[in-house]
Amino acid sequence: MNLPLRDITESRHMPEVKVRVWPLTGGIHPEENKRQSTSVPIKSVPMPDKLILPLSQHAGSPAEPIVAVGDRVLKGQMIARATGFVSVPVHAPTSGTVSAISSEAIPHPSGMHDECITLIPDGKDQWCQLQPINDYKSVEPSTLVELIRQSGIAGMGGAGFPAAVKLSPRSPIHTLILNGTECEPYITADDMLMRERADSIVTGAEILQHLLTSERCLIGIEDNKPEAIEALKKAVAQSSNGHQIKVVVFPTKYPSGGEKQLIQILTGLEVPSGKLPSDLGIAVQNVGTAVAVCDAVQHGKPLISRITTMTGEALSKPGNLEVLLGTPARHLLSAAGINDRQLDALIMGGPMMGFTLNGQDVPVIKTSNCLIAGTRGEFPPAMPAQACIRCGMCAEACPSSLLPQQLYWHAKSENHEQLKHHNLFDCIECGACSYVCPSSIPLVQYYRASKGEIRAQEARHAKAERSRVRYEHRQTRLEREQAEKEAKRKANAERAARLKAEKAASSNKESSAVPDPVQAAIERAKAKKVAASTTTNKPAKTTLSADQKELRIQLSLASAQLKKTRRALTQAQEKGEGDIDKLSADVSMLEAQVAKLQKEFETAAVSEPSAIEQPSAIRQQPRAEKNLDNEAAKKLKIESAMAKAALKKAERALATALEEGSSETEALRDAVEEYRQKADSLTKELVDANTGKPAKSSADDKKLKVEQAMAKAALKKAEREMTKAQELGSDDTLSLQDKIDECRKKLEQLESGKPSVADNATGATSSSYPVKTETSDDLKKLKIENAMARAALKKAQRALDNAEGDTQALEAALTKAQTKAAEAENALAAAS
Amino acid sequence: MTLVRQTSPHARSPNSTQQIMKWVLLAAVPGLAMQTVFFGWGTLINLVWCILIAVGSEALVLKIRQRPISFYLTDGSAIVTAVLLALALPPLSPWWLTLIGISFAIIIGKQLYGGLGNNPFNPAMLGYVLLLISFPQEMTQWLPPVGAAGHTAVKSFSEALFTIFPLFGHPINIDAISMATPLDIVRENTSLTMKELWSENPAFQYFAGRGWLWINLAYLLGGLFLLYKRVFSWHAPMGMLAALLVMSTLFWGGAGSGSHGSPLFHLFSGATMLGAFFIITDPVSSATSNKGRLIFGAGTGILVYVIRTWGGYPDGVAFATLLMNMAAPMIDYYTQPRTYGHKKPNKGLPEQH
Repeated sequence: MNLPLRDITESRHMPEVKVRVWPLTGGIHPEENKRQSTSVPIKSVPMPDKLILPLSQHAGSPAEPIVAVGDRVLKGQMIARATGFVSVPVHAPTSGTVSAISSEAIPHPSGMHDECITLIPDGKDQWCQLQPINDYKSVEPSTLVELIRQSGIAGMGGAGFPAAVKLSPRSPIHTLILNGTECEPYITADDMLMRERADSIVTGAEILQHLLTSERCLIGIEDNKPEAIEALKKAVAQSSNGHQIKVVVFPTKYPSGGEKQLIQILTGLEVPSGKLPSDLGIAVQNVGTAVAVCDAVQHGKPLISRITTMTGEALSKPGNLEVLLGTPARHLLSAAGINDRQLDALIMGGPMMGFTLNGQDVPVIKTSNCLIAGTRGEFPPAMPAQACIRCGMCAEACPSSLLPQQLYWHAKSENHEQLKHHNLFDCIECGACSYVCPSSIPLVQYYRASKGEIRAQEARHAKAERSRVRYEHRQTRLEREQAEKEAKRKANAERAARLKAEKAASSNKESSAVPDPVQAAIERAKAKKVAASTTTNKPAKTTLSADQKELRIQLSLASAQLKKTRRALTQAQEKGEGDIDKLSADVSMLEAQVAKLQKEFETAAVSEPSAIEQPSAIRQQPRAEKNLDNEAAKKLKIESAMAKAALKKAERALATALEEGSSETEALRDAVEEYRQKADSLTKELVDANTGKPAKSSADDKKLKVEQAMAKAALKKAEREMTKAQELGSDDTLSLQDKIDECRKKLEQLESGKPSVADNATGATSSSYPVKTETSDDLKKLKIENAMARAALKKAQRALDNAEGDTQALEAALTKAQTKAAEAENALAAAS
Repeated sequence: MTLVRQTSPHARSPNSTQQIMKWVLLAAVPGLAMQTVFFGWGTLINLVWCILIAVGSEALVLKIRQRPISFYLTDGSAIVTAVLLALALPPLSPWWLTLIGISFAIIIGKQLYGGLGNNPFNPAMLGYVLLLISFPQEMTQWLPPVGAAGHTAVKSFSEALFTIFPLFGHPINIDAISMATPLDIVRENTSLTMKELWSENPAFQYFAGRGWLWINLAYLLGGLFLLYKRVFSWHAPMGMLAALLVMSTLFWGGAGSGSHGSPLFHLFSGATMLGAFFIITDPVSSATSNKGRLIFGAGTGILVYVIRTWGGYPDGVAFATLLMNMAAPMIDYYTQPRTYGHKKPNKGLPEQH
């Protein structure tokens, strides 16, 4: 297949060098319609009343304004700076005043609005200080690349990729290709530029050669531009570096000007799928970009204007105009003699890949190579699509050797596997298939839609996969924690049993010293009594005292936090990113905290028997009252159990929902609602029970109730957030789940404290309550801190929600926020 | 005023499906003319009758399916199906035979699958095969071509008309005048050398039989016109003719009594050229890629020869086409072209995840 179509004998300078060209795969020959706009030289346009400068005139992240409304700016002054590597700044095309920084209609296929700086020219056209470089060869390439970036140069061919990015390639470049193909019908901007500014193109090529240290430069032109070819050959012959630059002419065929296609035509090489031309050692730049580079380096002028072809049957004076960026289309169309009554379709770009505009108010931007004011006869509305008869004309036209008709069938049936198998993503959307389709099927539109669907689906899958991994990690963590808890509980129970046994043994020793039957009987009675008292004390002994419980919860919280942070740290270390120092500091802090809590807990466990004696003694006193309240307490206990059951149910539903994605949120919501109702009735019962109690305990009760209500509110809030997150399909449901669990734990803790309050209705106060009132100020502070941490957490989660793609940085922030929130909560728990 | 909003490309070639169908019909005219010359008015009457039924049944189904009738009728595909089936039927086939064949082709073969573009089988060949299996006697009643003995039996238009529609007049007895086609005679011959065979059947002068040669040449002409107009690529017809040539050369057997007929006899007899340029080039039921179409054509050519020589039917184009129609999706899976930037073409089904 690699047969040379024709050999081109080079210009006078290198008369014997023959340049081989390879044929384009597929391709079409649409009506060229180029003559209309090449009969007159490039003209300038009168200064418009205002210039609208979109912040995003290029591919990549939009620029950021560095002027304010009302500022006076000079021609060539930077008014918006680049934000990031793939971004370019925007410069003022003339001197004037910034009148607005607002959302305006921009040239975009969707007809959307975007941030623009509006400039009112003052008519003076006053340049800012320019800094031309006289001898670029003595300047470091990296300095020149930075200069090109700061000059706001983005690819002038239509895609608008920042030129500086392409000039900082990953691998060495041996061939620079200047694209003067201009294969789209109607457009003649590059043709006229090559005819009139061939010298600048060659100088630009030399500068680019110097930057890339490439061995050769090929300027590719289709053979339908003889004047441009002649002009460029002349300019090359006069250049000092001319022997490195070759003008290569090849047959006219659409889409020869596609980057990949041009590389194929000029070198016979194919850019591997998913790779870049630089991987082949090739860099492709548009001829217009070369001129912009020349202007930027030799004259110090940033990119503030471009050549735009004005054509179409609705114009009486078609031609090419040198246009200041930001000039509204309306101004240019009237300069080109628009006939508004005939105008039916306004196309920016060519008829094959350009897009229609909603109106005439959009400005010309760095990528606007053509404006076609078409009449109805010129661009008749699309015919209704007929059935695909698989004629295969599309496959013959496809420059990527795809099977468009198969892609069409699979796109219609949304068979994404087959679409990928048929290499949908190698489609360059040139439109050749749609052009030839005898059934008028909008094939390219099907491919665009399918590409969008597949991208969205893959993003969803990646998200679901991340969530699944997180969920599984959480499940194992919970199981592990449960096991640890169980082990601890057993250990404590054993210790208590041992203590009891020791006690019994010592008393036995005493009794065995005096083997008196009467004494023995007394001892037996005593033992019975002791046994009875231990039975009454049993709940306090086998479960734990309030202090211990609290400590244990704190401990488990802290150790959970520690584990989490450790995991984050390992992850960060593995990936070599994130704030490792901060994380390791957190880990050591948490380790210290856990150790401290563990110690405290153990101390509490050891001193437990003596600690509980007092409350139990107090508890025995008001037995009568206790009996009175028995009924209420029982009821409350039942209620509590019910609430717990509901809670479990909600939990189960939640787990299911998590496993199956967000589709089960209905069930979850129901379950949560049910739980909420139970909790409400519980509160009511509690209030009922409390109303019957003496006034003495009401203060404590109130406090307890307030706390309980707060915990419930927090739980509800967390659950609401959860529901919302699941509805939105957010992937941070796990962190929310953690939060819900924490809240729930707190609530349980409060609830477990409640029966004892009911028991102590006569006035026995839990030892922790006075402490609380003393430290209420601290508590307040902690609560505020807690709320703040929660807000931070929420913010991070929201940011995570919004972020697409790589969320590692945000996840790190989230972890940080979670740590903070947990710390605050621990502190709060410790204080209360 | 409101500007038109539409997606690219904004320019479209003047190509249309109707245009393609018109070219196909135009290219069939020489063959039709030759068939009329050699077999009389019956062919033309059949053709008109076929078109009427095809358009009628297409409209009927479209109405039942609640589709815009004129939009779909004007694509011309029903007429093409009708013409192809009419050309394949014996010239004096009774009206009911045509009615069954064409309505089956359009209703079952095409519309029930979802209309144009969705039919896995070539509708005309489906109708033809249905008739061949159900009414073998009627389907083999070919008349002797002009110049052969007995051809004078059907002279006038009215005679042909009343033979096809016996309701209004007196039909002629087809059995009395019909005769076997050269393919039939060669297939059933076991004792005579080719020379003796030809001299016994003076109707079959020239190497492919009187009339049949000219008809095939006319279809070849039409096919070349369609190739020139780029209605289809050369791959499928070339594949079929080359495969038939290779097969008939390999199994020729010389001029003796064991001969299966010369390569030229096979290339220019029966429905070879009609099949190569008008039947297997139907893009809907054929393979998709150029390589696939080459394989599709070659497969048809081989099957045509196998059926003609060792099968139970005198000609095998219809069966071969249907068999290859069945294979087309699989051929498609294994003949994807290599995409730009890929080392190898993708083959088979996509991996399931």
